[in-house]
Amino acid sequence: MKITLLNYGQLDRNLLNKVAESVEKEFLSEVIIRDEYADLSTFFDSSRKQYNGNKLLGFIENKPRQGDEKFIGLFNVDIFIPILTYIYGQAYLNGKSAIASSHRLSNERYGMVKDEKLFLERLIKETHHELGHCFGLLHCHSPGCVMQSSTYVEDIDQKSGHFCESCRKHLHSSSL
Amino acid sequence: MSKKISLLIVDDEESVRDSLYNWFIEDGFETGCAESAGTALAMLENSHYDIIITDIKMPGMDGLELLKRIKTIKKDAIVIIMTAFAAVDTAVQALKDGAFDYVTKPFDPDDLSHLIRNASRQILLSNENEQLREHIGLEQVQDIIGKSEAIQQVLREVQQVASSNASVIITGESGTGKELFAKAIHANSARRFFPLVSVHCGALSESLLESELFGHEKGAFTGAVYNRKGRFEMADNGTIFLDEIATISMKMQIELLRVLETKSFMRVGGSKLISSDFRVICATNRDLKQMVVEGLFREDLYYRLNVVNISIPPLRARLDDIPVLVQHFISKYCRAMSRNIVTIESAAINRLQEYDFPGNVRELENMIERAIVVGNGKEIRVKDLPGQKESNAIITESLEELEKKHVQNVLNKYDWNISRTAKALQVDRVTLYNKIKKYDLRQGS
Repeated sequence: MKITLLNYGQLDRNLLNKVAESVEKEFLSEVIIRDEYADLSTFFDSSRKQYNGNKLLGFIENKPRQGDEKFIGLFNVDIFIPILTYIYGQAYLNGKSAIASSHRLSNERYGMVKDEKLFLERLIKETHHELGHCFGLLHCHSPGCVMQSSTYVEDIDQKSGHFCESCRKHLHSSSL
Repeated sequence: MSKKISLLIVDDEESVRDSLYNWFIEDGFETGCAESAGTALAMLENSHYDIIITDIKMPGMDGLELLKRIKTIKKDAIVIIMTAFAAVDTAVQALKDGAFDYVTKPFDPDDLSHLIRNASRQILLSNENEQLREHIGLEQVQDIIGKSEAIQQVLREVQQVASSNASVIITGESGTGKELFAKAIHANSARRFFPLVSVHCGALSESLLESELFGHEKGAFTGAVYNRKGRFEMADNGTIFLDEIATISMKMQIELLRVLETKSFMRVGGSKLISSDFRVICATNRDLKQMVVEGLFREDLYYRLNVVNISIPPLRARLDDIPVLVQHFISKYCRAMSRNIVTIESAAINRLQEYDFPGNVRELENMIERAIVVGNGKEIRVKDLPGQKESNAIITESLEELEKKHVQNVLNKYDWNISRTAKALQVDRVTLYNKIKKYDLRQGS
């Protein structure tokens, strides 16, 4: 099983290495990072001044890959889906593609002091969460599980970066 | 979550359907999608969905009309209306029509999450409530007391009929507690949160009954100083209980039939048609069918009312219930009179069980109340009971003949258990054996 982090957000390589390391440990999979470039203007919705998450996910889904390789596109733009004002990321359940954005994960966005450590933790959690969906995991109600649904950035801070026992079991049985 | 909540998304925009679908699937909901109100209704006919989340602006049937249609199929369906336009009027209308909530697109993820969590909680609570109710059985109605098969059968019928909207006629002798059973039906029906309005038809003259049932407008007749709501109007969404239905006049029978058919009427002296959604339960101690034959009761009204007939057994048909009824009345009246709870001697119970109670439970209740008043404050004795034997038919048989019959009856009652029979007859066992021999009494006769 291979997981590829597609860096469309020009995210710092050191930061991504740490994300990749964490994903590797959590999913027990080979993880590679690929710097990518795309003209995101085609995904921009001028009426909402945001990027269309469904289209971005479709774009990642259409990228050629080897076998059952999972792709997660990492962006640094504000993503929405038609029905919601914003999302941090989304994925195809039991699928091969996911997206996540760092746009709303930084403290500065909320008028707070920059905190790189916290930013990294949030990015790791979001990456784990969306990839978890790719492995068939649903939102989990177990306290602290990374598969808990997060609607505010504070919710992301409340959960750990790890899977609960039940999600871990499901994850490993589905990745076998 | 023991049972998965199912959701139906209704929106003509594919991107909205897909977005919501993915969101709900990730949240673990069973999710279906419909691109129009028509498709949604077809899907609802074939499958069950706990929550329906529908757009308001759709080609063809809009979300508000869909909401109304859904509510006619499934009154307790949870429907959430969504629209791209924050129109207060539409929101208010949607809520009036029974929508669970109203949201404006696009939603804040947290709002959507809260909304669905609230709706899910309501569904789970209502399922839990239903399971508990099934477990508990019939909602207890104070004063319906009895363990006998006869009364249990009636309670089963009450439970069965309660969930429907069918008209019910409760028949039974005077004093059997017909109104209590009407209350039990109402208390176990979906209408229980709305009023049960009782009208004692026999106590009112024709004109009074008319004004009582339909209400009147100010000035409709002398003394009608104010507008007054009628009982049918008051029973909207609830139940109207018409006691002594056999006493209403032919004119009122016609009026009643019309109201039952149209569920609408005009107040006396009024010109505005008023609609009311009520269920009718009637009671009578008369044989309505015989009255139809005799031309005293309209046949069409009889069939309209008599969708379900519940017959309450007289007390003499459920003598086994007498001890529990007595205990119930003792505690009721001792409490009401602020007295210590009295006991009742077994001979007094036996005496009550031998009586045929033409006045049924009401008569028993009166007897117990009286016995508590006149008694010694500790125990109800035979002598505290009224001389009920005198109320029986005039006896012309010889004393010997009477004794023979009585001994035979008591023996039969106790399955020829000599000790219990002797105890009931207040004689010793030898005397009883002598009587059996003397009158040549045999088991089974």
